[in-house]
Amino acid sequence: MQSISTPILEADGIGKSFGDNQVLSDVTFSVAKGQFVCIVGPSGTGKTTLLRALSGLGPANSGEVRVNGRVVVQPPAELAVVFQDYSRSLMPWMKVGKNVELPLRRLGLSREERRKRVEQALRDVDLGHAEELYPWQMSGGMQQRAAIARSLAYRPEILIMDEPFASVDAQTRADLEDLMLDIRDRLGVSIVLVTHDIEEAVYLGDKVIVLSGRPASVAASVEIPLGTGRDQIETKSRPAYLELRAEIHRMIMRKSDTVAPQRAPR
Amino acid sequence: MNRLSQLGVIVLVLGAWQVAAATGQLGAVPTPLVVAGAVLGLVLDGSGWGPLAETLASWFISLLLAVVIGVIIGFPLGVSRVTYRMSVVTLDFLRTIPALVFVPLVVLLYGAGLQSTILLAFFGAVWAMVMQTIYGARDLDPVARDTFRSFGVRRWDTVTRLLLPTALPYMATGVRLAAAICLLISISAQIVIPAGGFGEQIVVHQLSGALPEMFAYIVLCGVLGMAIDSTFRWFERSVLAWHPSHRKVSS
Ligand SMILES: Nc1ncnc2c1ncn2[C@@H]1O[C@H](COP(=O)(O)OP(=O)(O)OP(=O)(O)O)[C@@H](O)[C@H]1O
Ligand SMILES: [Mg+2]
Repeated sequence: MQSISTPILEADGIGKSFGDNQVLSDVTFSVAKGQFVCIVGPSGTGKTTLLRALSGLGPANSGEVRVNGRVVVQPPAELAVVFQDYSRSLMPWMKVGKNVELPLRRLGLSREERRKRVEQALRDVDLGHAEELYPWQMSGGMQQRAAIARSLAYRPEILIMDEPFASVDAQTRADLEDLMLDIRDRLGVSIVLVTHDIEEAVYLGDKVIVLSGRPASVAASVEIPLGTGRDQIETKSRPAYLELRAEIHRMIMRKSDTVAPQRAPR
Repeated sequence: MNRLSQLGVIVLVLGAWQVAAATGQLGAVPTPLVVAGAVLGLVLDGSGWGPLAETLASWFISLLLAVVIGVIIGFPLGVSRVTYRMSVVTLDFLRTIPALVFVPLVVLLYGAGLQSTILLAFFGAVWAMVMQTIYGARDLDPVARDTFRSFGVRRWDTVTRLLLPTALPYMATGVRLAAAICLLISISAQIVIPAGGFGEQIVVHQLSGALPEMFAYIVLCGVLGMAIDSTFRWFERSVLAWHPSHRKVSS
């Protein structure tokens, strides 16, 4: 388990509206260094909106986001984002290798160092063979992995991921989940990951934040004391895991029954 | 099959022309065989090369100016919604003015030479480039922009790896349009002023009653136009291999 030291990322009373449509209200939570935080919530609750506020791409109307104690006004250098719309976040005019190298160019690395990082990151997501392909020559799942590789190559302190495994098959998904855990363990990255999948959230997270309501706020923040060294089969059959999964399920059901009359499709 | 049918149509048209002209249906218009002979003559005795050089010079310099200045004007207007809104009416007004209305003015200022045809062709073509560059700059994908912003990609890299590639397909269309317009106006201006090149040759031969040579120059204008157009189409294809409209493999 990670020690709860000073948070690396803090969301403090985030509120956000688009015109009359208030999407977020008083969202507050924090992420410790090396902590894996999963955010769950029905479609359209405002998860992407929240991530945009966290990453400085779509500033909140109220409250503030702090990274390493500094108030975020524009995207901080220590942070990388894997976008939900992964296909549009890869540039069709650049080969996959160049796409992955893109964020490295300002880090003052030597050419070889950049090459090494690109190769390593692509190998990590099992795309070692795809460096010379254009994104549009790859399947959706491959594109998604390329987008993940790009953020891994950047080696951020904080990794923000918006449903990063939505379009890969179950086996790849399990592999990528374990890769993220491994990266966190090895490099001490803090990860904030949005998912629809409660199983995934509990399996990956040190903390699961349930977002719900309209406007959305933090309905529950559940610590997941499953420790490190998680295993797809062993961890998922532990009573503690099943218990937590059921608890979060219940919370979301209860919340969406009382707060949102029309239940979200997923 | 496609090639063959295209060729068939050409042969048919030429055949009809030949028959009509040979039987005197077209008045003073010479037969295509006579015109072909005149073209060959111009090429072989070398008298066609000088005018070709003049027309090409006017075309090329005006195109270069139109492209460079079109991009310089269009890009800043396109990236910002405010400047675009401010300038849209002015642009719409300017680009609807036919370039040839300035013939009297440029002749007065610069005489009957290359300079005048260049200016006219430039004025006619620059708007196509400006508008296409604006469209290109405005087509920026918000997710792509956020991606660059979130990684804090440097300004120069953002220009060369995001803004330019985004605008490039539009700019390529702009260049192709501008190339056609520049040729059109260069030749028209050479006729109207007259100011050298193929245009002046057409007038000169018309006045001296050398109709086969006049038609030969008209045919050469057409050939030049087609050559320029297909060159730029080929260029577009090779530069924009990644673009959805040119992709060979897609999934
Ligand atoms: N740029 C925008 N302008 C106006 N409204 C927006 C904008 N972005 C999001 N919204 C609104 O905010 C709400 C939340 O959207 P958001 O994309 O954050 O949901 P989400 O939780 O990420 O959903 P999903 O799980 O489907 O990705 C929606 O009602 C949406 O209509
Ligand atoms: Mg979303």
